[in-house]
Amino acid sequence: MLSINNLHVEVEGKEILKGLNLEVGTGEVHAIMGPNGSGKSTLSYVLAGRDGYEVTQGEILFDGKNLLEMEPEERAWAGIFLALQYPVELPGVNNMNFLRESLNAVRKGRGEQELDAVAFMKLVREKAASVKLDEKLLKRSVNAGFSGGEKKRNEILQMAMLEPRLAILDETDSGLDIDALRIVAEGVNLLRSAERSIIMITHYQRLLDYIEPDFVHVLADGRIIRSGGKELALELEDKGYAWVLEENAA
Amino acid sequence: MSAKQDSVDDLVKAGYEHGFVSQVASDTLPPGLNEDTIRFISGKKKEPQWMLDYRLKAYRHWLEMNEPDWAHLRYDPIDFQEISYFSAPKKAGDGPQSLDEVDPELLATYEKLGIPLEEQKALAGVAVDAVFDSVSVATTFRKQLADVGVIFCSISEAVHEYPELIKEYLGSVVPHTDNYFAALNAAVFSDGTFVYIPEGVRCPMELSTYFRINEAKTGQFERTLIVADKGSFVSYLEGCTAPMRDENQLHAAVVELVALEDAKIKYSTVQNWYPGDENGVGGIYNFVTKRGDCRGDRSHISWTQVETGSAITWKYPSCILRGDDSVGEFYSVAVTRGHQQADTGTKMYHMGRNTRSTIVSKGISAAHGQNAYRGLVRMGVKAENARNHTQCDSLLIGDQCGAHTFPYIEVRNPTAKVEHEATTSKISEDQLFYCRQRGLKEEDAVSMIVNGFCKEVFNELPMEFAVEARKLLNITLEGAVG
Ligand SMILES: Nc1ncnc2c1ncn2[C@@H]1O[C@H](COP(=O)(O)OP(=O)(O)O)[C@@H](O)[C@H]1O
Ligand SMILES: [Mg+2]
Repeated sequence: MLSINNLHVEVEGKEILKGLNLEVGTGEVHAIMGPNGSGKSTLSYVLAGRDGYEVTQGEILFDGKNLLEMEPEERAWAGIFLALQYPVELPGVNNMNFLRESLNAVRKGRGEQELDAVAFMKLVREKAASVKLDEKLLKRSVNAGFSGGEKKRNEILQMAMLEPRLAILDETDSGLDIDALRIVAEGVNLLRSAERSIIMITHYQRLLDYIEPDFVHVLADGRIIRSGGKELALELEDKGYAWVLEENAA
Repeated sequence: MSAKQDSVDDLVKAGYEHGFVSQVASDTLPPGLNEDTIRFISGKKKEPQWMLDYRLKAYRHWLEMNEPDWAHLRYDPIDFQEISYFSAPKKAGDGPQSLDEVDPELLATYEKLGIPLEEQKALAGVAVDAVFDSVSVATTFRKQLADVGVIFCSISEAVHEYPELIKEYLGSVVPHTDNYFAALNAAVFSDGTFVYIPEGVRCPMELSTYFRINEAKTGQFERTLIVADKGSFVSYLEGCTAPMRDENQLHAAVVELVALEDAKIKYSTVQNWYPGDENGVGGIYNFVTKRGDCRGDRSHISWTQVETGSAITWKYPSCILRGDDSVGEFYSVAVTRGHQQADTGTKMYHMGRNTRSTIVSKGISAAHGQNAYRGLVRMGVKAENARNHTQCDSLLIGDQCGAHTFPYIEVRNPTAKVEHEATTSKISEDQLFYCRQRGLKEEDAVSMIVNGFCKEVFNELPMEFAVEARKLLNITLEGAVG
């Protein structure tokens, strides 16, 4: 589904990703771990098409198509969803309204019919219940004044509504207490399917207790320096990143 | 990041949809202003002597006055001798009796502007008094209104048919001595609208007037007077749009509202005059005096405005809260983009006891737009327990625009309370990226954020107008992206 080859990315003239390779097959769940500042969020932004991230070398293919030629919204229509590490507040924009605009824009982009108000309401109620998001939050402005946990759950709700083909979760677990973490993980597990791929960016092993990855990668200094199964995460938990970094240097 | 900035700028470089000039032959006075000009205008309208005297008195006063220079605006001096003070579309006979008699070109113009002057409006329950250049050309539903005693006609007509009302109320809220532009208007006002709602009557429909400036170098000096007698209610809609022009056109209107005991007037404006081109050439100079007098106890005046047009806007719809327990409201959205400048706000003069006022001002600046809020809240000596709440928010789109806030507060009664809140925010790249990641096009994201920002004001507009305002705002801020 996703194929990243020798990806080099600069931000404000500074090279952040330095020849990154990653293959994600349909239906697979990949965890990307790594120290702070190693370029995990940068990778997620490049996948989503954020401005200011300049690809100087390499390619990204999504379903065989050149992802780098697509606008951010076109990527969303194609099924790429990024749950942000720091969800953005949209004061004055009603959360429910935002969900509808977003869903209909994506459906339109996919050449599907827009949902009528009744069908939309039914869907949003059902999905909000599945991520245990208080319906009161649907009536408020998008993320404005939400707690950290509420913001993350709101991201998962958006993901559940949009039913992406490739979901990228950037540190969705950070800042969550154990109950919130469990709810978020359940939401993600509900979306796990043979047609959907998931990239989980996380700093900690604990999320992987709830969402079991098929593959674990270590991103350090702009490259994937080690890949393995879920046991790699446990090893990292035990020995820390320094161990892989040293091994890599050797 | 600078490439990004360009695309945000593109976004706000939307073309002006209403830029066309209609081909109606006009009976236009050559440029220039002196006592003869005023006699000519008055003569054309076959006005009684008292009206001419009023105009001349105002003119002589105006000659003694200086143009105000305190606003946060920059523009070349206006040459008042370069302006033509009278222009009227040619009419067969005594003016149209029905829409069939209205110049088809004129109707086509309204059509292009999306103003359905025909039966659609009847179904929508709106009577239209359309002001094309300086003379009213079509008035509908007069009879229906007359049945309940509502007077809705042009000022010129009212001068002839209701001289007592005009003598009593014209200039009673905005005297000819009030300010430079009000004095000029009193001297040369071309036409406008008169509304009278009799005691206890709830006006059965929204009253609406569309203004349109069409002749090159034709100053527009509209005069509106609305009187709501005891216990009556009226909602009045004013909407404006003008064709593309190179030269700056001056517009100096005066609107006077009078609300007697227990009466309520709701006055809504959507203003979309030509703002000038990308380089700041052309566009309308909009110097308007709007004031409402809550003359009776428990009376209520509410101003709602959506200002997207004009090169320069100088406008402070105000309320004089004279009656005890009277209420004044001001809800405003002002958008400046390109090289537009707006200095707008309100004045609330609390004179009576327990008077209340609410001010909600939303300023949006994009590209090189400059937006200033200027508001005065004055609590007079007798304004026992008077209250004001002011919310003043600015939204910036891009890095080259500006927002400025000038609140003036004067409290002369210790029991009166004034609250002022102000915020400034910016549509950030983070927000735009977030929306696009969720599938929205950039221009839809901008319009969604902007509409969210303006919600409190749009909620105050009559339904039909709110839809129009939202559309207008989208047109104003959309553009070819990328
Ligand atoms: N917008 C930016 N401008 C400048 N430097 C940036 C920007 N975004 C990220 N960086 C830098 O890129 C590196 C990788 O950051 P990031 O991708 O956020 O790492 P991670 O998510 O792994 O913690 C860091 O050194 C960070 O300071
Ligand atoms: Mg990060």
